[in-house]
Amino acid sequence: MPGHFEPLPGGGAAVALDEVEISIIRSLALQLLELIGPGPGAADAPQDPLAELFTEGPSEPPDDPVLRRLFPDAYSSPGTDPATPEEAEERRTHSAEFRRFTENDLRAGKRENALAVIRSLDALTPVGEEAAVLELSPEASRQWLGALNDLRLAIGSRLEVSDEEETDELYRLPDEDPRKPMVMAYLWLGGLQETLVATLMP
Amino acid sequence: MGPVTAPAPLEIEKTESAEEAFAVPEPDVPWLTIVHNDPVNLMSYVTYVFQTYFGYSKDKATKLMLDVHHKGRAVVSSGTREEMERDVQAMHGYGLWATLQQDRK
Repeated sequence: MPGHFEPLPGGGAAVALDEVEISIIRSLALQLLELIGPGPGAADAPQDPLAELFTEGPSEPPDDPVLRRLFPDAYSSPGTDPATPEEAEERRTHSAEFRRFTENDLRAGKRENALAVIRSLDALTPVGEEAAVLELSPEASRQWLGALNDLRLAIGSRLEVSDEEETDELYRLPDEDPRKPMVMAYLWLGGLQETLVATLMP
Repeated sequence: MGPVTAPAPLEIEKTESAEEAFAVPEPDVPWLTIVHNDPVNLMSYVTYVFQTYFGYSKDKATKLMLDVHHKGRAVVSSGTREEMERDVQAMHGYGLWATLQQDRK
């Protein structure tokens, strides 16, 4: 079962991963963690847990295109231009307010998923050339599913995948194209996610 | 029925003008959660999210997913602004590109 998840009897999913595959997923998840940042629970955050609870998130959209994709403006209404400057301003104000009260939680959720992936990979012990079998509980499967999706969104943003035609072009990149390894990872993660979601379908 | 005292005309006028002032923001117009198409999210994953989070049937979730895919967007839920903010936050948690707006029809 290389490169795809299979359902486990009684719930959960399993996939065989070799050493290289483990290190690729681990490294991508780590990069995502670094990009998302430590959040209010970090070492330099206030020690009072109550103060932490009331820490407000940012009100401005992130500069990084990956983070902008992971944490989009909630009131941007793409496809419908604001009718008046006042409406544009109102959308900005509402988006900023939404971001202040949700982005910390959203970042924490994505961080937990990426951490769950890293932890489960670190618990694996591939023996020599043999692939190790990763077994996930239903809960761990959901965390993996979220993390795989975030990783694909991140790579998709970096590769500037913005419509279906561009995606088709990526499939046909020549081997010498510098984007090729990232595209291979993107497609491989897509296969993992596709087979993992199949095991979770209600 | 007890005795009814007729209210003073002045009070009636006050009540009416207060109601008019409240009518301006159109509180009955529902808010909508809209999911937008993007080429990264898998069709199966989007269907899974609609089934899991909203509890929609496979048929309804699939139809909404296909609307997102073919029409570029679909209204996936409607309700109060607070409810829609919750839905949009949940969609962002799943990595779907969602926004909310007031129904303008």
